[in-house]
Amino acid sequence: MVLEVDTLVTAYGPVTALDRVTLSVPAGKVTAVLGANGAGKTTLLRTVSGLVRSRSGTVVLDGHDITRVRVEEMVRRGLAHVPEGRGVIAELTVEENLRLGGLFLKGADADEHIEEIYRQFPPLDSRRKLSAHTLSGGERQMLVVGRALLARPKVLLLDEPSLGLAPLVVNAIFSLVRRLVDSTGLAVLLVEQNAKSALRIADTGVVLNLGKVVAVDDAKVLAADESLRRAYLGF
Amino acid sequence: MQQFLNITLNGLTVGFIYAAFALCLVLIFRATRIINFGQGAQAMFTTYIALEVLQRTGSYWLALPAALVSGFLLGALVERVIVRPVVNGPEINAVIVTLGLFVGLVALASIIFGNTFEGFAAPFSVRGLKIGDATINLTPNNIFNISAVLVAMGALLVLFRFTSLGLQMRASAFGQEVARLLGVRVGRMLTLGWALAGMFGSLAGILIAGGGFISPGFMDGVVVFGFVAAVLGGLDSFVGAVVGGLVLGLTTNYVQGYIGQELQTLSALAILMTVLLVKPSGLFSSSVARKV
Repeated sequence: MVLEVDTLVTAYGPVTALDRVTLSVPAGKVTAVLGANGAGKTTLLRTVSGLVRSRSGTVVLDGHDITRVRVEEMVRRGLAHVPEGRGVIAELTVEENLRLGGLFLKGADADEHIEEIYRQFPPLDSRRKLSAHTLSGGERQMLVVGRALLARPKVLLLDEPSLGLAPLVVNAIFSLVRRLVDSTGLAVLLVEQNAKSALRIADTGVVLNLGKVVAVDDAKVLAADESLRRAYLGF
Repeated sequence: MQQFLNITLNGLTVGFIYAAFALCLVLIFRATRIINFGQGAQAMFTTYIALEVLQRTGSYWLALPAALVSGFLLGALVERVIVRPVVNGPEINAVIVTLGLFVGLVALASIIFGNTFEGFAAPFSVRGLKIGDATINLTPNNIFNISAVLVAMGALLVLFRFTSLGLQMRASAFGQEVARLLGVRVGRMLTLGWALAGMFGSLAGILIAGGGFISPGFMDGVVVFGFVAAVLGGLDSFVGAVVGGLVLGLTTNYVQGYIGQELQTLSALAILMTVLLVKPSGLFSSSVARKV
């Protein structure tokens, strides 16, 4: 297991947002975290990457305890987090956004990796010098995923990549993630409200409700479980 | 014609200094959304430090780096010790804290250096150049002032456009959380931004001082004009700060030269009010409305 979350508790003041969450994310697999609004999905990712501090519990990445590691340090440890709302820095150009992703690569190495990202995401290639706020929603998603990949992470946390995107674009992004995982052995922890699409590309599904894990199973099994779907996933 | 030329030259010289001062307000506003009202007082204080160096060593070329280095350090210190604790609170806290910094530094300077006017020697001649047999209002010292500001602006441009450090500073200014997730040490970048602003302000301070007198309140007027220039330019645009500074320098000098000295400050106020009424975001605001 490349990422292991053990009995993680996070609270905002008196409100418990994560209640003893335990899950593990294997390399080369997509693990989808599903649940309604307010189930604690985003909080889970924010706690793992250190944006929010946990009350108790541990997060272990590749055998190292990273529970108290600073946010700025996470990317060097091999953990990339693409936050909700896409996280493009709109005032910078496409190229500058990508450069930020490759901060820790040595000079020529960074250029090479950035070229590789352009090859993987052709729409970005033709917009290198344009300000990122001119990009469409799908292109922005490509930019942030590409930017996260530049740091060569072992684990990628993706928060609601489908938010506000047309179904066709969602499918394109999801199949791209799937290809990446299959070809590089990257571990993806995907948070989604769009449970149907997410389960289609995920290997494992974790259902959260009010901060608690209520089900963990193979994605296909979850998708077929009608009562669970009705109760928690809304499709 | 000669009068017009002289007023214009004077306006440009002053305008470049306003621009430098507006730039340091913009540097800080972009990164932290705070107007540093203490900026002028910081510059005043470091100009006094430069004066000490000048008086002891007799060398302007030691006083200048002393001003810049102390401005850099004071800027960093202010961010770390005074601003950082209030930056996440309500906006008014930061305003009050920087106002307090202004009052505190002026008082401290009065205690340490005395509340009197002291002459500050200019590095170059302050006599107007001669073209033919007419003397124009452009002195070698003015040329030095303008060049110094241009060099500093060029250095800032190179830093922000072409270096990784500059990119990290811009990322920290526009997307703190994302920058942190990408491994940028945002706290350090903010300190560096305040330090650079402090250095720029100190440059403006020592340039204004050269060939004139300084006192604990000598930067107060520049703060007002620099602030108006920054607002005119949109508060978060470097180009805007420069254009704003030049426009303000020229306007106030035309008003002073053709209408009357007493209306000079009032004209700055008129510009500020017009900008706020007609285009409150300023002429060059570069921020993009964020989509969620």
